[in-house]
Amino acid sequence: MLLEARKVTKRFGGVVALSDLDLQVEEQTIHSIIGPNGAGKTTFFNCVTGFLVPDEGEILLDSQPITGLRPDQIARLGIARTYQTIRLFRFLTVLDNVLIGLHPHVHYGILDAVIRSRRYHRSERAAAREARELLRYLGLAGKEFVVANNLSYGDQRRLEIARALALRPRLLLLDEPTAGMNPYETGQMITLIRRLRDERGMTILLIEHDMKVVMNISDLVTVLDFGEKIAEGKPAEVQANPLVIEAYLGRGAASGLGTIAAQAPRDESMPNASS
Amino acid sequence: MRRALTFGLIGSIVAWHLSLVGLVAAFAERWLIGQSLTFSYVVLLALILLVGYLTARRVSDWTGLAGAALAGLVVGLALWILALIVTEVNLRDAFVAASPSLAQILTFDRGVSVPSLAILLLIGAATGLIGGGIAWIPATGRRIVIGALSVTVLVGLLRDVLGPVLPPFLMRFLFSPGGGLSLPGAVIVLGLAIAIPVMRSGLRMQRVRQKGVLPARVLRRRRLALRALGVVFFVSFPLWAKLFLSNVADFVGLYILMGLGLNLVLGFAGLLDLGYVAFFAIGAYSMAVLTSPELGAFTLGFWTALPIAVAITVFSGILIGLPVLRMRGDYLAIATLGFGEIVRLLVLSDWLKPHLGGAQGVTRIARPVLGPFVIDRPQEYYYLILIGCGLGWFLSVRLRDSRIGRAWMAIREDEDVAQAMGINRVTAKLLAFATGASMGGLSGALFASLVNSVIPQSFSLLVSINVVALLVLGGIGSLPGVLVGALALVGLPELLREFQEYRLLVYGAVLIAMMIFRPAGLWPEETRVRELEEAAEEARETARTGVVAASQDGV
Ligand SMILES: Nc1ncnc2c1ncn2[C@@H]1O[C@H](COP(=O)(O)OP(=O)(O)O)[C@@H](O)[C@H]1O
Ligand SMILES: [Mg+2]
Repeated sequence: MLLEARKVTKRFGGVVALSDLDLQVEEQTIHSIIGPNGAGKTTFFNCVTGFLVPDEGEILLDSQPITGLRPDQIARLGIARTYQTIRLFRFLTVLDNVLIGLHPHVHYGILDAVIRSRRYHRSERAAAREARELLRYLGLAGKEFVVANNLSYGDQRRLEIARALALRPRLLLLDEPTAGMNPYETGQMITLIRRLRDERGMTILLIEHDMKVVMNISDLVTVLDFGEKIAEGKPAEVQANPLVIEAYLGRGAASGLGTIAAQAPRDESMPNASS
Repeated sequence: MRRALTFGLIGSIVAWHLSLVGLVAAFAERWLIGQSLTFSYVVLLALILLVGYLTARRVSDWTGLAGAALAGLVVGLALWILALIVTEVNLRDAFVAASPSLAQILTFDRGVSVPSLAILLLIGAATGLIGGGIAWIPATGRRIVIGALSVTVLVGLLRDVLGPVLPPFLMRFLFSPGGGLSLPGAVIVLGLAIAIPVMRSGLRMQRVRQKGVLPARVLRRRRLALRALGVVFFVSFPLWAKLFLSNVADFVGLYILMGLGLNLVLGFAGLLDLGYVAFFAIGAYSMAVLTSPELGAFTLGFWTALPIAVAITVFSGILIGLPVLRMRGDYLAIATLGFGEIVRLLVLSDWLKPHLGGAQGVTRIARPVLGPFVIDRPQEYYYLILIGCGLGWFLSVRLRDSRIGRAWMAIREDEDVAQAMGINRVTAKLLAFATGASMGGLSGALFASLVNSVIPQSFSLLVSINVVALLVLGGIGSLPGVLVGALALVGLPELLREFQEYRLLVYGAVLIAMMIFRPAGLWPEETRVRELEEAAEEARETARTGVVAASQDGV
């Protein structure tokens, strides 16, 4: 088990964003978390990365507890993330964005920087090489000196992933990576996420609204509703789960899970939504 | 139309204000160009130009120009009416400046008559029209034109300062004996001020076109030549500059050093420190306490005391930083502001008087000794300060282009994400604070030795504000901006003592002009320019997509 959440609860005033959540992420898998808006998915990411501290429960990475550590400590332990709304360093160049991601892996001190010692040159060169390699891997080669903000939307999403990969993480958290993308870009993103698992042996925890994507690439799907896990299993199992369908139908098509809603009437095992 | 009248009226109010506070009358004898143009008229003309520009801005057809002319006309009319009122009614009890001579100035000695009205209306309209025309020039050209006009006015104003420095024949040629530029001098200065930036942008275009063709060697040689020129200029400065200029240069240098320090904190790491004067004060008082025989605690020499003073400042920077750097944004600003005041109150207090001298301060601070040679004249201190500034600059560049600088910028851009990238925000910020403090402390220690005394009044909130202001003026995060900002904010007021009375008025005017013409500062850093350009682009974009969305909704 790479990541394990045990009875994690997080409240915001009266709102229970996560309640008694148990979750286990296996190494080298793509594990999706789905659920209606406000189900607590992003809150879970924030708890894992240390930006929020759970009120109860604990989170373990490789069986070591990480609850209560600072975000930068957790990042150094190997958890990187992207954001639901893109959060690049918008006014820095593409290359600088990735170099900042490499920060924990560039080792030299303030004195090295001031006198530009051999160590400084060596580390900077190595970092630049690694950054360019990552950019190439993500199809951003040749855009090193473009200001991040001037990239196309799809490129910005990819750059955010490149920056996260620069941390050399073991676990990558992607928060709705295909939000706002057209079908072509979405297709590219699916390929990319698969390649990350298959070529780089990464473990990916994915929040995703697009059912096609989820069903397509997930090894395991966890469904949250009001902060509670209501189902978990292989994509097909989850899709057929009456609880899941109810959770979505109960709040109408606006939940963004139109695919399930549309399929629901054709599904024989589905109980009447109004009952 | 409405727009033109509104701007015309606002301009009129400003024109009345300038006249009634006495600015116009005070500089009616201040010739700028030959015997034809005084500073008073330049101020009023600049005002009308601005009014015309603002009226025509963002109006893309001829009505903009017509509106600009109309607005200028309104201001001209307002000036004539003011002249009329001043001659007919005695306002001198309320406004000292509302004298008949004001009316004479405003009407070109023609009295409040029909011809003078015609002249004023004509000049107003024509100037407004030119101002409107400026709004039509593309941005680069506009920057050059405005820059050239300001430089010409500035050179005219600085005649007395430049006089002793320039060779006499050049002086006689460029300047007129009555003050200000001679007519050919004005043409030459204006021409140069336009030609140089035009050539530079031409060169840049060429470079862009030849990208890859122009060898890096040539560029490097060009940069080296430029640097050598800079070094020669700065090193030789006290040799040809007079005592007064060296004095001014010393103060500008001390502010540059502080500016470089705060730039690390505010410009690179994005931490708004409003109490930066604290470090300046700690550096100065450390130097005083360590060397002055008056207090008798220590009587170290300058060179021994200097590193200790800097070390004390760095240490106090860390001490101050530890509690406040966990705060964000506004809270940090308030907390640092408080620390700045606390330091001033401490040195002022009777309680610490035996140790820090109280309200009278400390005198007889050590002078630097080099062998048999004692540094005690401003021209000699200049070199010490120059070395300090060079060090600060060097440190800034080296740190900026390293992982440390990148961490600072990441924190400045988005603190949360920076943390998610494994950056320890407290350490990174403390480092910025400590490095920034060292430069403030060095500046303070040099200051104490230069003026040979410290008094609490030298360390008021105003110093902090000035340092922040010079960064904003030059362009936050930009190293050349620190230089330009310090020259403009600290140097110019020293050189233009005659404006002392109107200092705040000038500050206000400059700030407004900056916001309109150079919102990113006089010499902005690249990213900052991009930032503002992007913001503008974005605003346009959302406006456009908003329209599209609306029209699609309609379908
Ligand atoms: N920082 C916060 N402060 C207060 N309430 C929050 C905060 N973050 C999330 N919430 C609330 O917690 C619930 C879960 O939000 P979130 O995790 O963003 O949902 P999801 O990502 O599944 O759409 C929502 O009701 C939201 O309003
Ligand atoms: Mg979310």
